[in-house]
Amino acid sequence: MTDQADVSVSAPTEAAAGPSGSRSRLIPYAVLCELTHRCPLQCPYCSNPLELERASREIDTDTWKSVLSQAVDIGILQAHFSGGEPTVRKDLEALVEHAAKAGLYTNLITSGVLLTRARLDRLRDAGLDHVQVSFQDTEAGNADRIAGFRGHAKKQETARMVRAADLPLTVNAVMHRQNLHHLEAMIAMAVDLDAERLEVAQVQYYGWALKNRQAFLPTRDQLDEATRIVEEARVRLKGILAIDYVVPDYYARRPKSCMGGWGRQFLNITPAGKVLPCHAAESLDFLEFENVTERPLAWIWEHSSAFNRFRGTDWMPEPCRSCDRREIDWGGCRCQAFALTGDPDTTDPACEFAPHRQVLEMPVGEAGGEIPEFVYRRIGNS
Amino acid sequence: MSERLLLSADSVPRLPRHAKLRFDRARDCWIINAPERVFELDAIAGEVIQLVDGTRSLAALVDELAAKYDQAPRADIERDVTAMLQNLADKGFVIA
Repeated sequence: MTDQADVSVSAPTEAAAGPSGSRSRLIPYAVLCELTHRCPLQCPYCSNPLELERASREIDTDTWKSVLSQAVDIGILQAHFSGGEPTVRKDLEALVEHAAKAGLYTNLITSGVLLTRARLDRLRDAGLDHVQVSFQDTEAGNADRIAGFRGHAKKQETARMVRAADLPLTVNAVMHRQNLHHLEAMIAMAVDLDAERLEVAQVQYYGWALKNRQAFLPTRDQLDEATRIVEEARVRLKGILAIDYVVPDYYARRPKSCMGGWGRQFLNITPAGKVLPCHAAESLDFLEFENVTERPLAWIWEHSSAFNRFRGTDWMPEPCRSCDRREIDWGGCRCQAFALTGDPDTTDPACEFAPHRQVLEMPVGEAGGEIPEFVYRRIGNS
Repeated sequence: MSERLLLSADSVPRLPRHAKLRFDRARDCWIINAPERVFELDAIAGEVIQLVDGTRSLAALVDELAAKYDQAPRADIERDVTAMLQNLADKGFVIA
């Protein structure tokens, strides 16, 4: 399934030794292929848009293969197969094989509830490099309630099958006020499942998650305790389990570098073939997105109005424009700025200098209060 | 994995299955692909990593580099190479 892990699919670059040098033109690192929005789970923080794409609108196998070949041509290094639940697509093996043969690093982002050992073996033999399995909690009852699907036990079985198939495993754990008390157990579970990597992703509030904000937003004390647990575990498990940690924007002083900057590192392709600068970009309803069935990917990356709208620093207002972090955080998240203020060109309220910073006061003030019912992610529920 | 790998001269380092080394023509450098990470290697790191193939010990690897770059003291090369590979090992991108 496509979950909040996708926020970090921006392939942050690191120089292993020495500087990697500056680049004069932008070369993307990763493409997130949302093969479908179909998914048996109904997680109320799903990163899919509120308007889910129906199966009849999904692009076909040959179109995806063409997209993957074009991705290599424009310098993309990694292809993430996501959804919805990507294993719903019967052509997943064919797409993985095509991507791997073209030289892409291939990652499967899955809920794990539909996978069999035989299919995992086929995917591995097709060249799959890595599998990421999402978990909603460590305790089955709560996990299944959050997912709106009885799948926790199967997820654990799938994670073990991934390792038995000799595939590398990332455990993706979306954490929030209703499961943060199990964070230490989640870290222990990742070690027990022999994962190489754990993503502790605090819910970020767009789309479905914004609808469910009060049900998910932790208190400051809960967050601080989580940060302490992660920092302790990182030291204790150095070289054993890598832990990536995403903190919720609402308690940050500075915004995150969303997608590594708009149109700088990453592109997202929807089940219907629309090309987005991030998976939530359709919430910016004034943008026009190009489709891979109508334009070459290289043209879309370089010339499309959507990719150029917030690229670089020219679009920036103050205080971003004169900020010494403008090329570090790139003004934060455009989707969040628009969702919370109605102005897509304003500084992300996650920045303490943002003129609209006060919009975070109400939700933060109410954090820890009464827990409302979930609005589950499904067609017709938006 | 159950304990931290500490590299020594006798270690025979290699890349784990989830880390893939290749030369990237678009960026004109060696890169390591790993889950949601791309390591872009500079020219020296690229030279080193090509020798990390599960056949050479760290000591042998340093010997090869020392022979190739004979103006640099072997001890300096050993220190730099060990630090670089230990850094990658701590992130899970080099095993032995």
